[in-house]
Amino acid sequence: MRIPCPVCGLRSVSEFTYEGDATVLRPPLEADGDTWFATVYERRNPRGPHAELWHHTQGCRCFVEVERDTATHAILSARLVTPTGAGI
Amino acid sequence: MSGYRLPERGALIDRSRPVHFRFDGRPMTGFAGDTLASALIASGTRLLGRSFKYHRPRGLLGAGVEEPNALVTLGAATTREPNIQASIIEIFEGLRSESQNRWPSLRHDIMTWPLSIVNQGLKAGFYYKTFMGPGRRAWDFYEQVIRRAAGLGAAGKEMDQSRYEKTNAFADVLVVGGGPAGLAATLTAGRTGARVLVVDEGPVLGGSLFESRATIDGLPAIDWVRAAVTELQAMTNVRVLIRATAYGYYDGNVVGAVERVQDHLAERDPDLPRHRHWTIHAGQVVLTTGATQRPLVFPGNDLPGVMLGSAVERLIARYAVAPGREAVVAGADDSIYRTTLALVEAGVAVRAVADARPSPPTDLAAPIEAAGVPVHAATLLGQAKGSKDVGRVRLSRCDASGRPTEGWSETHSLDLVAVSGGWTPTIHLASQAGGPPLWSPEIDAFVPGPPREAWTAAGAAAGTFGLDAILADGVRAACSALAALGRPTPQSTFAASDPDAPQMAPLAIRATGLGKGADKAFIDFQNDVTASDVKLAHQEGYRSVEHLKRYTTLGMATDQGKTSNVNALGLMADLEGRPIPDVGTTRFRAPYTPVSLGALAGREIGGHFRPVRRTAMHDWHVAHGADMLTTGAWMRPRVYRRPGESVTDAYIREARTVREAVGIVDVSTLGKITVQGPDAAKLLDRVYANTFSSLTVGRARYGVMLREDGFVYDDGTTWRLGENDFLMTTTTANAAGVLARLERHLAVDWPDLKVAVASATDQWAGLAIAGPKSREVLRTVVADVDLSDAGTPFMAVRKGRVGKVAVLVTRISFSGERAYEIHCGARDGLAVWEAVHAAGQPFGLVPYGTEALGTLRIEKGHVSGPELDGRTTLSDLGLGKMASTKTPFVGRALMDRPAMISPDRKVLVGLRSLADAPLRTGAHIIAERMPQDMPSLGHVTSPTFSPALGAYIALALVSAGRERTGERLTVVDPIRNGTPTEVEVVSPHFFDPEGARLHG
Repeated sequence: MRIPCPVCGLRSVSEFTYEGDATVLRPPLEADGDTWFATVYERRNPRGPHAELWHHTQGCRCFVEVERDTATHAILSARLVTPTGAGI
Repeated sequence: MSGYRLPERGALIDRSRPVHFRFDGRPMTGFAGDTLASALIASGTRLLGRSFKYHRPRGLLGAGVEEPNALVTLGAATTREPNIQASIIEIFEGLRSESQNRWPSLRHDIMTWPLSIVNQGLKAGFYYKTFMGPGRRAWDFYEQVIRRAAGLGAAGKEMDQSRYEKTNAFADVLVVGGGPAGLAATLTAGRTGARVLVVDEGPVLGGSLFESRATIDGLPAIDWVRAAVTELQAMTNVRVLIRATAYGYYDGNVVGAVERVQDHLAERDPDLPRHRHWTIHAGQVVLTTGATQRPLVFPGNDLPGVMLGSAVERLIARYAVAPGREAVVAGADDSIYRTTLALVEAGVAVRAVADARPSPPTDLAAPIEAAGVPVHAATLLGQAKGSKDVGRVRLSRCDASGRPTEGWSETHSLDLVAVSGGWTPTIHLASQAGGPPLWSPEIDAFVPGPPREAWTAAGAAAGTFGLDAILADGVRAACSALAALGRPTPQSTFAASDPDAPQMAPLAIRATGLGKGADKAFIDFQNDVTASDVKLAHQEGYRSVEHLKRYTTLGMATDQGKTSNVNALGLMADLEGRPIPDVGTTRFRAPYTPVSLGALAGREIGGHFRPVRRTAMHDWHVAHGADMLTTGAWMRPRVYRRPGESVTDAYIREARTVREAVGIVDVSTLGKITVQGPDAAKLLDRVYANTFSSLTVGRARYGVMLREDGFVYDDGTTWRLGENDFLMTTTTANAAGVLARLERHLAVDWPDLKVAVASATDQWAGLAIAGPKSREVLRTVVADVDLSDAGTPFMAVRKGRVGKVAVLVTRISFSGERAYEIHCGARDGLAVWEAVHAAGQPFGLVPYGTEALGTLRIEKGHVSGPELDGRTTLSDLGLGKMASTKTPFVGRALMDRPAMISPDRKVLVGLRSLADAPLRTGAHIIAERMPQDMPSLGHVTSPTFSPALGAYIALALVSAGRERTGERLTVVDPIRNGTPTEVEVVSPHFFDPEGARLHG
């Protein structure tokens, strides 16, 4: 599998670290235990297109939000999470 | 003595170069270019192995990688490699090969006899029945017998000394398989200038064209192949990989291949790898993987001398080897006529051709009948007999659907049977990267399903037969690949004229009619699965393909059912009375053929498996007697051993010297992260459980960070170098993980924070100097720092110099003694270390390693990796009071869940051994001296001998441990046969609990 990093171009998946479901957003640190419980433990397991976070640990160290089809592993899109993110 | 060398033919052998090799110790001779199988058969050897379960004598069945029987072990005793197919080994001078699964010899294998008695028990489902039924006890008995009696070869036990490599390749078009379709595709695409890579598992391109009597573009097929190869070699945009198997098809149009670079050579170049792994990134893939011939299923079909027609043709054409003198050819597709002609032309007496179809193709049959060979229509091969190899066969009639009928039969004495049960397209890669295979009744086999990656199948792999059609299909596939790449598609044609071109559809002939003898009608030769096993599975309700496979072990082991899958499915479909597609097919997984683990590892072995990092002072440590130890990614000194000292002696001496005088330790490996920006303090408040915004410039603070789930993650000190400038230190192990976490927070969770983080671990070298005389040493070597307690109080960070080198001096203690850390640029690390070491000599300074470092921190009850095991909370570690009550932090919301504040949690305690015996990491702690059935109260995490206390002590995690202070418990270690040791539960702060020595 290869991921089109918006900074580095098409790179092997071995350069990236999977950082989880991009649709799960962290609540404020003040949020209650139930909210955090859902954030930490509850995940959907969709078949089909799925937004994921990949950290380009062996490259630019940017976080890339990748839309990937979990059934076919086809990569549908990739964008930088924050264009001014850490490491640039 | 059945096989022999023919005086002519042999496209691949060089008769001027005899090659000497050994088989089961016997010296043999073949020619350069021979396979082990062809050389053995040429010398009259046809018994090549014993079968997996029943130890039946077996010979060569197939022509190449489909071979299920002829597995041998190569090499010397210690580095031998088992289960290699004799049909693919190219012999070389000095090759040593051995047959497998026999004792005492291949010819006299005593296991044949006892196992035939155990046969009854070894039928399909034996393992299930034995396990699931009341036979659990019987299993204990059988296991002993079976493990010894059944099996494949054994690997060597020494480390493989061969070199392996990995590399990448990029191509516009990858062509897998260099037979007629592959050559047509490669020539078509290559002539356009596209980057083309063609891989073939054999030693030459050409595939089935070596056995062909056709002409292509007016040239004999072999000459056309030679011209094509010459043309391809002249193209700089085309790369040809031979002896390379594309074994797996992966996401993103990546194909894995292994090239056997030197396995065929007697003299091996030490600078070249044995195998080279190729990761091929292809724009488009053309799968021209050809087809595999299937055996016929009849009683006795596994006798040596019963061979696939394709194997017979290959032996004759490529190696000039006739595998017998008198033959019968049987099957139900047109290829049997080509096989017959090859035999006749080689001078083998063919007694009969049995074609199961009611009216054989007259054009193909005519030349054979003209040569005096009777062709029997509607005729089956009913049975083969013989003791160690085939001796006679019985032919009988069948109806139009291939079912046996009573009446006529005819027996022939012979030593060779060539069979064809039809052709199975090789769809492994297509199946790995595509939808379910589709059943084609026209060719009685599966063809590739819809692609899921960018590939096109062509030729026999796509179910296309007939040379003209195959060549055209190769051109078509290349053009469609080029079009998909947006490249112009050329006009390209290859005109073939093939006298053996197939004319009639094959007939599916199954083993359905088998009654008596079905237990000797083999479907899967490698796993000894017979027609009666499939029938039994069906009777017992295992009717889906997946169940059939697991119940009978059909299609497993090294050949992965290349010759057996379709025959088994066909039989099951007949038994079910349903068409094959309804019974289903199994999907293929990588690898297509076995892949050497060495090729997958490449050069990433030994020291290259995980490169170690060395600090700036590494060479000094080694020169001063350090035992170096790999801790995480780093090499650190464990102890500096003096002559005559054990590791224990050395660390006790080092730790004692620190407590009594002074010592230095290399702390360069500490993870270091710069945290800079206007919101740096805010970030630290959020990621640490304790507060950092209140830290003043020039001071350091110990911090603990939690995971989101509330458990402790990492700890370390963070120093405030400026208002917006922090240097965070982490444990050696978690440096990369903490950095990734901070980056994630800044990029994803809190993009509003204005902070930049960067790893500074490698940029700094550091040493810690600890002991009552540490300040005196520093006063002689550090300039520009006021080292008085007022000038540099505990946890102060100061800038200074050692010689000309700028350093950071921080007053931090892991040992509980007065202690400082000195950090400088990595390039000056050695100079600073040497300066401090020299300055300390008058004070008795010694360097100390990780063992003494551990001893000192255990005596102080400081937690480290073994306690931060991902299962401990702040309060488990006695750090509960550190948690900020004002600022929320990561992990705060989930750290107080009921189970995480339960009173019987395992918490940090000290253990003091009451015996003069060491405690061991991982040993369990129980209430009484009764290991059986006693619940474990916890475990030892960090043991040591404490020179300060003169006792063996340990940190441990013990259930409700603080309430047990003063109790006597027992440490047991039954798995490692440790002696139970009585211990007293004490405070983890063993030594100087008031911390007076920090200021001493």
